[in-house]
Amino acid sequence: MVGELEFERPVIELKKKISELKEFTKSTDVDLSSEIEKLEERLEKLEKEIYENIKPWNRVQIARHPDRPTTLEYISHLFTDFFECHGDRNFGDDEAIVGGIAKFHGLPVTVIGHQRGKDTKENIRRNFGMPHPEGYRKALRLMRQAEKFKRPIICFIDTKGAYPGKAAEERGQSEAIARNLFEMAGLRVPVICIVIGEGGSGGALALGVGNHIHMLENSTYSVISPEGAAALLWKDASQAKRAAETMKITAPDLKELGIIDEIIPEVKGGAHKDVKKQSEYIDQILMKSLKELVKISDEELVVHRYWKYKAIGEYSFAAEYVKVN
Amino acid sequence: MLKDIFTKSKKKKYATIPSEAAKQDVPEGIMTKCPKCKKIMYTKEVSKNLKVCINCGYHYQMNAAERLQSFLDEGSFEEWNGGMVSKNPLNFPDYFEKLEKDREKTKMNEAVVTGTGTVNGFQVAIAVMDANFRMGSMGSVVGEKITRAIEKADELSIPFIIFTASGGARMQEGVLSLMQMAKTSAALKRFSDNGGLTISIMTHPTTGGVSASFASLGDYNFAEPGALIGFAGRRIIEQTIREELPEDFQTAEFLLKHGQLDAVISRLDLKEKITTILDVHAGGEVKWLEN
Ligand SMILES: [Zn+2]
Repeated sequence: MVGELEFERPVIELKKKISELKEFTKSTDVDLSSEIEKLEERLEKLEKEIYENIKPWNRVQIARHPDRPTTLEYISHLFTDFFECHGDRNFGDDEAIVGGIAKFHGLPVTVIGHQRGKDTKENIRRNFGMPHPEGYRKALRLMRQAEKFKRPIICFIDTKGAYPGKAAEERGQSEAIARNLFEMAGLRVPVICIVIGEGGSGGALALGVGNHIHMLENSTYSVISPEGAAALLWKDASQAKRAAETMKITAPDLKELGIIDEIIPEVKGGAHKDVKKQSEYIDQILMKSLKELVKISDEELVVHRYWKYKAIGEYSFAAEYVKVN
Repeated sequence: MLKDIFTKSKKKKYATIPSEAAKQDVPEGIMTKCPKCKKIMYTKEVSKNLKVCINCGYHYQMNAAERLQSFLDEGSFEEWNGGMVSKNPLNFPDYFEKLEKDREKTKMNEAVVTGTGTVNGFQVAIAVMDANFRMGSMGSVVGEKITRAIEKADELSIPFIIFTASGGARMQEGVLSLMQMAKTSAALKRFSDNGGLTISIMTHPTTGGVSASFASLGDYNFAEPGALIGFAGRRIIEQTIREELPEDFQTAEFLLKHGQLDAVISRLDLKEKITTILDVHAGGEVKWLEN
């Protein structure tokens, strides 16, 4: 099997053994059916054990898997009539973000998402899914267009982060991200955001101010990469595994923190094992979300989004404190 | 500088392409040579391929009649304000004569044709500019006809589609021409605020005042491959900045790269792709949302 991960090796090996035995029985008269049955039972248990108790670091690995389905792959499975629109009408066309119009089961929508490459060549073209300001400005242009034509907006989040580069700073990376947060807050159409891979900090959030936020089971969403956190906290990037656990970056973590609405289940071992099946899981949640949100009026959608973010944060008041005079 | 491009391309492209009248019995232009790949082909074959070179995909210019015929459903076009003609507000010498000459040459009253028709069944308001008439320049008539088409689209609640081809403002009408940029843009703003859909398709060439007004104001801005699109002329920029400009400067592909276009669309796919957009915008009943 290609692209297997360390933690799932026992499953893979057992599967291999079973298929070998099956091959063997075909070529001889020896009956091994009871042995095979036993092994298959064991496999079932093992799969349950491994895939239902995925550790945060293993989720990070799945989220970063080179074969992890990208925005465009999900678009091709989930939507019809997708028409990609390029450019920010200002500086350039950032291929680290894709967007356009499409239909979702007949409903006109605008779809936007970070886009990684599937190979080195495409990754260079798409800057590994790390946008420049013009990418965010293209996204905003398409969101405004969606608002004008009253189309719901669906955003797929999948980036290590906004690109940290000289040109990006010169063209206002901060402003571009900030502007999106500001404008998305006021959109008078339903906005649904789905984290499909890595949700890297502000670069992810700039497509992430929605009425509903969902995460694929093995995706991550964080203020900084585990490696970055480890370097900052313990001056040791090799502590990334530990950071992945401490930082609360997995879908179950974010669900517990009340930040996301739904965890979208993944096919066993990760979305990359079956894109079509995975798209069906996303499809169900997306339908449910849209049904809920289309009932809400334009003004209420904005209010709904406001309170969603207003509610995030933990604090208390001290009984006694030093007064500033 | 724009003038050079026009005269050059006219010589190259139009010498061998038969006019509307000559099309039936093609006496002179039986063969045609592609200006890009130099392949010699049957003119008929190129015409049948929507005037796109069968060898290299080079897009020959289309006149307004050819455009309407290739883009709209057969027999669906109905013209608006076809009789509107120019005055000579600045008493510009020879202006009427020049207009008359172009009328004869193009069998059109002005540089734009407007009206309504259907695209695979979707009704649209449409304006098609023709670079053969006064280089497709915008004077009072072009501005007014386009504005009226936008107003009519608003009134009928149908999309507005414009094919641009223009050298810019019409010099003979001076500042009145300049103001047509503001007039058409104001009409598009009102249409847009009322929820109207505008699709702009820039064809070779779209420059000056036209590129700096309605051509760039679509909800979707497209261009045909290789089309020259820009504000200032290439030579004037080179003289100003004293630098040689890249070969692809101000081409449709250059604009796409610099964020100005949603897409560059081959003429062969154009009708189908625009239909997709019209279809998504038309929406329709979505039953599963109800329960
Ligand atoms: Zn050719």
